[in-house]
Amino acid sequence: MPGKVITITSGKGGVGKTTACANLGAALASDGLKVVCIDADIGLRNLDVVLGLENRIVYDLVDLIEGRCRTRQALIRDKRLPELYLIPAAQTRDKSAVSPSDMIKLCDELRGEFDWVIIDSPAGIERGFRNAIAPTDMALVVTNPEVAAVRDADRIIGLIEAEEKGPARLLINRIKPNMVKRGEMLSPEDVIELLAIELIGLVPEDENVLTGTNRGAPVVLNGKSRAGQAFRNIAQRLRGEKVPFLALDENGGFLGKLTRMIRTGGR
Amino acid sequence: MGGFLDRLLNRDSKSAYQAKERMRMVLIHDRVNMNTNTLENLKNEIIGVISRHVDIDSDSVRIEMTQEGRQQRLIADIPLKPSRRRGSG
Ligand SMILES: Nc1ncnc2c1ncn2[C@@H]1O[C@H](COP(=O)(O)OP(=O)(O)OP(=O)(O)O)[C@@H](O)[C@H]1O
Ligand SMILES: [Mg+2]
Repeated sequence: MPGKVITITSGKGGVGKTTACANLGAALASDGLKVVCIDADIGLRNLDVVLGLENRIVYDLVDLIEGRCRTRQALIRDKRLPELYLIPAAQTRDKSAVSPSDMIKLCDELRGEFDWVIIDSPAGIERGFRNAIAPTDMALVVTNPEVAAVRDADRIIGLIEAEEKGPARLLINRIKPNMVKRGEMLSPEDVIELLAIELIGLVPEDENVLTGTNRGAPVVLNGKSRAGQAFRNIAQRLRGEKVPFLALDENGGFLGKLTRMIRTGGR
Repeated sequence: MGGFLDRLLNRDSKSAYQAKERMRMVLIHDRVNMNTNTLENLKNEIIGVISRHVDIDSDSVRIEMTQEGRQQRLIADIPLKPSRRRGSG
């Protein structure tokens, strides 16, 4: 069976796309699936440091697309997970060095060799987004429970639909259960109702994300992290398994209505 | 689970509630590129067109945006006035 291409995108920057890409890649690879993560954020390379692979880069995505190396040479193997690979972004070029059709061609090749191709999109609605979305089988839109991120997510969801790459799935990241409980942060139900798309995962705010990133080790490899558990659950959902949504409720539950809302398509 | 009513009663003072209500309006206008001003103009034109053909209660006309999934709809509620002919015939 050919591999599946997932694009992780957002409207607003800094909501957790690169974190999600590294963690979903690591979670799938630790289940023995063959995964390649592509950093499509050209000029703002990041996925390499989040995965701890920055010292191993020889060739990058633009070298590969412009024919200066073969695919095999641009694939960097992860240190811990033998089934996980990275194609890093070029750091000294800009988004115009790659076109949507380049990405389609590359992903068609990678589908033959990998179970999963995960593309880390740059934020925004420009060329970089179009490159990242062109080859996709499924778009994951990352947002935070915060007004600007939700508004920009809505824009991106509309564009994904307009490009006929929908329906997009929603990943709500950096949820603070205590604030939600106090009524001082949009709840997952609120965000789902506003954006009206299907949920793929809820990830809590978790300091382990930062400490893991400091070390170049995705938080899914940390068995104690709640965010890590949330990302492992998302990976399982991508594989078609029914996994209940994490009750982020060590400090009081707020997910009562959620299952119902998801079933009815967010209304 | 206690205090549900309390929560309900002062819910609108909470910032999450305000965020949601504000986003509801913002997203409608982002999606269909329409603001309250265009909606008001549209309403007045519709009233003009329809009352050329039939008597309507123009003060009670309501035009609203509703949402079904990600689909926005314009719903118009236009009360008609009873025909005058009946009284005189
Ligand atoms: N669940 C989380 N808990 C705590 N910190 C998080 C969480 N998710 C992401 N972060 C932190 O948020 C910051 C931004 O994350 P990340 O780089 O993944 O965002 P991005 O969407 O890829 O940003 P950009 O748009 O710049 O590419 C990072 O410092 C990351 O460690
Ligand atoms: Mg990023």
